Amino acid sequence: MAVLTIRDALNQALREEIIRDENVFVMGEEVAEYDGAYKVTRGLWKEFGDKRVVDTPITELGFAAVGVGAAMAGLRPVIEFMTWNFSILASDQIINHAAAMRYMSGGQFKVPIVFRGPNGSAYQVSSQHSHAIESMYANFPGLKVVMPSTAADAKGLLKASIRDDNPVIFMEQERMYGLKGEVPEDEDFIIPLGVADVKREGSDCTIVARSMTVPLALQAAEKIQAEFDVSVEVIDPRTIKPLDIDTITNSVKKTNRLVIAEESHSFASVGAEIAYQVMDTAFDYLDAPIKRISTAETPIPYAKNLEAAALPSVESIIAAVKEVCYL
Amino acid sequence: MPKAAVSHKTAGDRNGSAAKSTKPSKAKADKNGNEDFAIVELAKAEYQKRRKSQFEAIKKTDKKLLREMLYQMVLGRRFEEKCAEVYRMGKIGGFCHLYIGQEAIGVGSMMALKPSDMVITSYRDHVQAMVKGISPEAVMAELYGKEGGCVKGKGGSMHMFSAEHEFFGGHGIVGGQIGVGTGMAYAAKYKGTDQVTLCFFGEAAVNQGIFHESLNMAQLWKLPIIYICENNQYGMGTSQDRALSTRNIAKKADAFEMANEFVDGMDVMAVREATLRAIKRAREESLPTLLEVRAYRYMGHSMSDPGNYRTREEIAKYQERDPIVLFKDSLKEAKVLTEKDFESIEREAVEATARAVRFADESPYPAGDELLTDVFA
Repeated sequence: MAVLTIRDALNQALREEIIRDENVFVMGEEVAEYDGAYKVTRGLWKEFGDKRVVDTPITELGFAAVGVGAAMAGLRPVIEFMTWNFSILASDQIINHAAAMRYMSGGQFKVPIVFRGPNGSAYQVSSQHSHAIESMYANFPGLKVVMPSTAADAKGLLKASIRDDNPVIFMEQERMYGLKGEVPEDEDFIIPLGVADVKREGSDCTIVARSMTVPLALQAAEKIQAEFDVSVEVIDPRTIKPLDIDTITNSVKKTNRLVIAEESHSFASVGAEIAYQVMDTAFDYLDAPIKRISTAETPIPYAKNLEAAALPSVESIIAAVKEVCYL
Repeated sequence: MPKAAVSHKTAGDRNGSAAKSTKPSKAKADKNGNEDFAIVELAKAEYQKRRKSQFEAIKKTDKKLLREMLYQMVLGRRFEEKCAEVYRMGKIGGFCHLYIGQEAIGVGSMMALKPSDMVITSYRDHVQAMVKGISPEAVMAELYGKEGGCVKGKGGSMHMFSAEHEFFGGHGIVGGQIGVGTGMAYAAKYKGTDQVTLCFFGEAAVNQGIFHESLNMAQLWKLPIIYICENNQYGMGTSQDRALSTRNIAKKADAFEMANEFVDGMDVMAVREATLRAIKRAREESLPTLLEVRAYRYMGHSMSDPGNYRTREEIAKYQERDPIVLFKDSLKEAKVLTEKDFESIEREAVEATARAVRFADESPYPAGDELLTDVFA
């Protein structure tokens, strides 16, 4: 297996799918000549040219709509948002059009499209570039929502998303593009959507984390193991929708304690949904109330110390685990 | 795609070849100094001029097609009247936007297409769905929310679709379909098909950002699409005078160096001729066109609109230039159809509408388990 960054794993997935299927094309701001704002599409335009890798004007609603129409008419667009914050301009097309199309056409028109880009905070980019907005999209039937945390997952899930016949919200994290990991080289390496992964096995407490909080949770687990001899299991759902709740509840049935760590704001978050579903199906197995770590209920501040204080951290996750374990 | 090298000369517009012969001689100006083409006071004089140009166009068009065009217009009228009737009886729920007064636009433009061409439109979609080939039965059953509806009762009045007929739907977000239609045209160009996309929207939609975003990309990337702005002069209850800083919608395309044309939407042949020019441009040169087609919405915005923002007199004046009456008179003058033909067309349309109502009445409601199907592929 090759060791790749998440950025290069995504790039490899795009490249392989462009080669595999002539209907796949990548479209977005600066994806072609500029090689991508975060270099996820590096080299693709040079290799495949104008038809398959398309620079757009800064017109998020417009090019999201072009993607939706093109998908309805038989293509498989991969639409890049420079950040998911900008997708809010395009949310009418994603929510009212892409998500609803199959249903309101009585199953006649499918919309095989991937919307992808970085979600959540970066490094001091302040209030309009730092939102983690997966909960918003996860609320709408018709959309799948995917959030990888490793290079292998990034590749396998992106390839699965491109081959999926539904609109897929594919959320990366800017802070994680440089993280390295082993990635299978098989061109048909696919990770099916809707299957969680146990990133660390443990017996005393479960942490459900996604995207940026997965590496934080793994670090927290190591520290807790060393300091308190408490064995933490870390589960990464990888796909928010459909959600593999069984893997989560099975873990809770074993550990009897649950911490949810997420980068989004807490109110009406995916974590709130997971907490509800665990309560609904595994209430009797819980030995402590579920604890949730989210981003502070503020727009994201610029100042380094305030930004750090707003976001989940290894320390805040450790504190939550200690609380549910009554340490 | 390559950067656009746009130097396209705009096609006939209000001052150009297409509309020149019919330009009112004493046009009034609105408060912004724009000439209003469809000035009510000039309607009668216009009527005569129109008949002359319509007469010319009729002479060079296939007789069978002309009969079918009239039939589709009459069917559209009778069908929508029936919709109003059964809506009041509670048979149709939700919103219901009728096309009465605008038939010449849908019929004139869509009947210039090939069956493989794609169409997308707004929520005022019943008649366009039928012209593209969806049966009146399937449209009426959809309005009834029945299993036999063209989308199995899941869409209702605003969301008629048929993949088989390349009808990409009625859409409920004002202007949203302008962007989707642009994507359909993008796909046609990408795949190298000769399909043209016809994308309808009302005049109120041109104030949405998506209109401007879409036209920019369509001209930049040279997409084979025809944007048809159905200017029925009211966005819900707001007249265009209260919503548009300029009444000259066709000219907005100039901002994108896109071909554009102003068309009398009461004249089905004028709509057809303008669409044929745009189709040629799209099919042969892969270039977009914006057509502003001016008509008048006889009915309220939807069935729940009391219409107290305009007078009965205003409506009556427009009805003097009714597109169906105008077309019939021209067909008669040109000796294409006789009074007897009109009677049989009328009868066929009434019967087709009655059959549609019967089918919708008899069609069962969707099975309960349909609730959860078609969410995901």
